[in-house]
Amino acid sequence: MTPPAREAYRDLLVKLMADDPRLYCLDSDTGLFAGVDFGVAAGRYVNLGIAEHNLMGVAAGLAASGKIPFVNTMATFATTRALESLKVDIAYGGLPVRIAATHSGLSAGHLGPTHHALEDLAIMRALPGFTVVTPADATAAEEAVAQSVDLPGPVYLRLGRKATPPLEAGPTVLGRVQRLRDGADLTLLACGPHPVLACLRAADLLAAGGVEVTVVNVHTLKPLDVEAIVAACAGVPAVITVEEHWRTGGLGGAVAETLSEHAPTRVARIGMPDTFAKVVGGQEHLLEHYGITGEHIAATALSLLGGTPDDPDLSRV
Amino acid sequence: MSVPASTTDEPAPNEPAPVQVTDRIREHIVAMCAGPEGGHLGGSMSLVEILTTLYFDVLRVDPADPGAADRDILILSKGHGAIGLYAVLAERGFFPVEELATYGRPGSRLMGHPVRMVPGVEVATGSLGHGLPLANGFALADRDRRCFVIVGDGELQEGSVWEAAMSTAGLGLDNVTVVVDRNGLQITGRTEDTVPLEPLADRWRAFGWAVREVDGHSEAELRAALTAGVPGRPLVVIARTVKGNGLPSVQGRVESHYARLGERQFARAMAVLRARARRRSS
Repeated sequence: MTPPAREAYRDLLVKLMADDPRLYCLDSDTGLFAGVDFGVAAGRYVNLGIAEHNLMGVAAGLAASGKIPFVNTMATFATTRALESLKVDIAYGGLPVRIAATHSGLSAGHLGPTHHALEDLAIMRALPGFTVVTPADATAAEEAVAQSVDLPGPVYLRLGRKATPPLEAGPTVLGRVQRLRDGADLTLLACGPHPVLACLRAADLLAAGGVEVTVVNVHTLKPLDVEAIVAACAGVPAVITVEEHWRTGGLGGAVAETLSEHAPTRVARIGMPDTFAKVVGGQEHLLEHYGITGEHIAATALSLLGGTPDDPDLSRV
Repeated sequence: MSVPASTTDEPAPNEPAPVQVTDRIREHIVAMCAGPEGGHLGGSMSLVEILTTLYFDVLRVDPADPGAADRDILILSKGHGAIGLYAVLAERGFFPVEELATYGRPGSRLMGHPVRMVPGVEVATGSLGHGLPLANGFALADRDRRCFVIVGDGELQEGSVWEAAMSTAGLGLDNVTVVVDRNGLQITGRTEDTVPLEPLADRWRAFGWAVREVDGHSEAELRAALTAGVPGRPLVVIARTVKGNGLPSVQGRVESHYARLGERQFARAMAVLRARARRRSS
């Protein structure tokens, strides 16, 4: 296990702040920075308390003054509570605010639907000018942070909560998909640590049965790497998207829109069904319960290929 | 006495703005309300002395270099006062007065709420409750410059204002000043009949702010209040104003909120304003 991506992000941010006086760290009482020594940058760490509208407005005001603020809150508070500020103050202003949104997807686990963020990709993808990134592991989070610093516009960095296994994926370059595996029978596209890992597991399961699939990590949902996605889906009878997000408007929506326009292909979307989590449990339990697993992806793939009977659980999704 | 032309080589004259400037600004506002789209008449007329005092007497700004690093910041959080702001910016020399005639028309920079493409406008406003959070950020970025936010009194019903007000005081941002355009009215009626704001001064004091209360149509009172801050504390100036001020037929009435003036209404309003200007200069 590598450290949680949010801790890797934090540690890199603290290092970057020491050398770059433009960088600010705006906290909203998250606790992520407890005990952190910012050294020479101590004056640029500001805990603004539990007040997300003010948080985003302060970030916009700093960014309009030539600073580069990193804003810290949970994904659901950033994108639903403070949405109007993201839209009007940050996106419309085209300002270089970086939003580090933790506890995304189902990663808040047993904390429940008030803390789950299953709508954030749909929202952020709709706002003009935002770069929207879901790193698949801690290293990818560091690479995304480093590359985000000098982007001219705003960035939404979708982070989880707990540690996830490292991914053998090569360097992360914002705006470019990572092709993790090649296969001619079907294409799997995913974003986020658990969905990407589930796709790799599904690929292993399918390979054992002689089915070879391509696996693509779409860490940057916006701007979308349209050319690479169309290329990765060329010639296959169907593609499957997998995300820790409601099935509406996120990766599945983006891929379906893209393929409809450029290369019509059947798209099956795996993600959280159209419901709030109705069971109690940790992130892994919820992912399992709602079918965001390698087994379910593999069964869906076989069903799409007409090879085996339908997954009995397929009706859920 | 003639109106001095706006110049760009005197960024912050220390003389009070001649009364004629406020008269002309009111005429510009009325003219914009007679355009094809109409405009927020009442809340722009109530702002005239506040904006004029700030732009001609208080703010460190250079119309020739609106983005100058050492400028003060002004945010019109009540963005529906846009036509008042445009009129003052034009008179102060940020763009030609003639451009006001394009307001609301296709191709113009001047829309119903201010946006950053207008010289002198720092941030887009219009949705209420955004200005003070933004000002906190501007003020945090450079504690040596003053940041002014003009809020409407109805706007104080937005929770984000109070989130931000707590934060301003908590961060000790004494370079932030809020001016409340206390005209007492919102779209449906009196603020006090909608969601009461009083005791307004006490509320701000309880949030850690220094409070001054003035006649919002007196440039002398505004100037004195805006330049008398308290070290360590942000300042709020509650400016008692009259919505639609200058036009007796609409002033103090909720109907003044938005107006599209027909030809006869426009002519009558201009006549009233000019008679008032003559009375004041004689």
